Amino acid sequence: MTTSAAVPAPAPTAPRRRPPFLPLPVLALELHRLLRNRRNVIFTMIMPSLLFLLFGSDGGYKTQSAGNGNVTAYIMVSLAVYAAMVATTTTGAAVSLERAAGWSRQLRLSPLRPVSYIVLKAAVAMVAGALAVAVVLLVGYLRGAEMAPPLWLACGVLAWACSMVFAAFGLAMGYLLPGESAMQLLGPLLGLLSFLGGLFVPIDTFGSVFADIARWTPTWGAGELARWPLVGSSDLLMATANIVGWTMLFVALAAWRFRRDTDRV
Amino acid sequence: MNPTSLAAAVPSPLAATTAPAIELASVTRHFGAVTAVDELSLTVNPGEVVALLGPNGAGKTTTIDLLLGLGRPDSGRVAILGKPPAEAIAEGLVSAVMQTGGLLKDLSVAETVRYVAALHASTVPVAEVLDRAGLTERANRRVGKCSGGEQQRLRFALALLPDPALLVLDEPTTGMDVEGRRTFWASMREVASRGRTIVFATHYLTEADEFADRIVMLRAGRVVADGGTEHIKAMVTGRMVRATLPGAADRAVAAAIYAVPGVRDVQVHGDSVTVVTDDADGAARYLLTRTAARDLQVTSRSLDDAFVALATQEKP
Repeated sequence: MTTSAAVPAPAPTAPRRRPPFLPLPVLALELHRLLRNRRNVIFTMIMPSLLFLLFGSDGGYKTQSAGNGNVTAYIMVSLAVYAAMVATTTTGAAVSLERAAGWSRQLRLSPLRPVSYIVLKAAVAMVAGALAVAVVLLVGYLRGAEMAPPLWLACGVLAWACSMVFAAFGLAMGYLLPGESAMQLLGPLLGLLSFLGGLFVPIDTFGSVFADIARWTPTWGAGELARWPLVGSSDLLMATANIVGWTMLFVALAAWRFRRDTDRV
Repeated sequence: MNPTSLAAAVPSPLAATTAPAIELASVTRHFGAVTAVDELSLTVNPGEVVALLGPNGAGKTTTIDLLLGLGRPDSGRVAILGKPPAEAIAEGLVSAVMQTGGLLKDLSVAETVRYVAALHASTVPVAEVLDRAGLTERANRRVGKCSGGEQQRLRFALALLPDPALLVLDEPTTGMDVEGRRTFWASMREVASRGRTIVFATHYLTEADEFADRIVMLRAGRVVADGGTEHIKAMVTGRMVRATLPGAADRAVAAAIYAVPGVRDVQVHGDSVTVVTDDADGAARYLLTRTAARDLQVTSRSLDDAFVALATQEKP
């Protein structure tokens, strides 16, 4: 090495600061990605509303009451939970594609902390969930769902908040399953869970065995809580424990897989 | 203002630290039964441009992974500018261009750069980085539609963002055409001229020769040669003359061939003789006119041959 004077001095740089924990431009870019992914928009934004129009907007339901609203509102809230679930799960599970593409490795060469990445993905999933809920509620409003204004807010927020369990589920699956297979497996699984958890058909129409099983699914917990402002709940404690329990389990699973992933990319 | 305080007022990656840019101390990494990196020690000083040269499987990529904290060594110590790799990366002191992958196909070129820029506390402006990587005209193209060379330039652009003191490249020109390689190395020269430390892995001797001022040769996870580019080049270039020569096992025959001008090494296996030489014509003429040699062939000495020769010499 000769002296550093022989080398042109690099431009003065600002003192090295810690990077932002949750960079907002990245959040914006991620949302933009999400909305221009056609397949994603169809499955998370359009499909749930179509299901609602198919099963919930029947003329008779509009006049039948369900708790503090009509049956149309009941079905709308169930499908809002479904929409939030599909949106948060698929967004979370997209980490499997990003891992397969080597993008998470690329990010590890940036100052982004690994924990920030997972928080970022969860945040994007929750924003996607909020959009999905909003679309179903809007279509419901236009097609005859009726309940008192505060209930719209309460049911919408609960449907959205409960979808955190599915965001965690999606992330856990994204770290557990390789590449495309995560998505292929999750599609049918979400359909099954929705059916079993009473999002498509109320569980009191099931036999008692199925109804007992249903109460252990996160979809039942989320549906029960989201519809609580509208029709009340037979077992609020069980539903809350259900959501909290599953969320903790999936967060732990995601954290465990994530840590292994970071150890050896 | 005296010179000391002036120097202090202008922080530079060189002046900021007196620690080596890279310090690997007896680093070992196993994958199952395979030892990918074997007690490897290497120190790179700030401002050096170093090529890690070796055949596939020599441990180049594993060494780079360890360097960047993408893998942990089973034993030994890794430091970048005196810090653990993760810390150096978090501070934007080091960046890397990886061989493949690492890009999202559905983002555009400019979006990718903006995405990664947002992860840093401060960066070179996005437009400038795109320009330096020659991607300004491709800014709005989806990454999935870019050619291999363009994707590699994009990885390079991402690496330029933090204006790093150390740039690590793993076979950076893989998948590029001749023109792509030329412009790529031109931008690298520009980076090097600002006094940055550059370490790149390659299996092309010509690339190492044209660009590096120091070559570290790896084989089987070990350093088999380390020195100035000219020195290493002399060790590994040359041609080989092979022939069938009955009676080649006779020491006097081999010694006579060794005495031919330009000959650097003579290897005998039964009736077969291999001569490493700087003057292939001279050696061939000698063999055909002065000995009973037949079936003679002249080949360029490949890098692999050189590695094998070096590794054999290294062993006790």
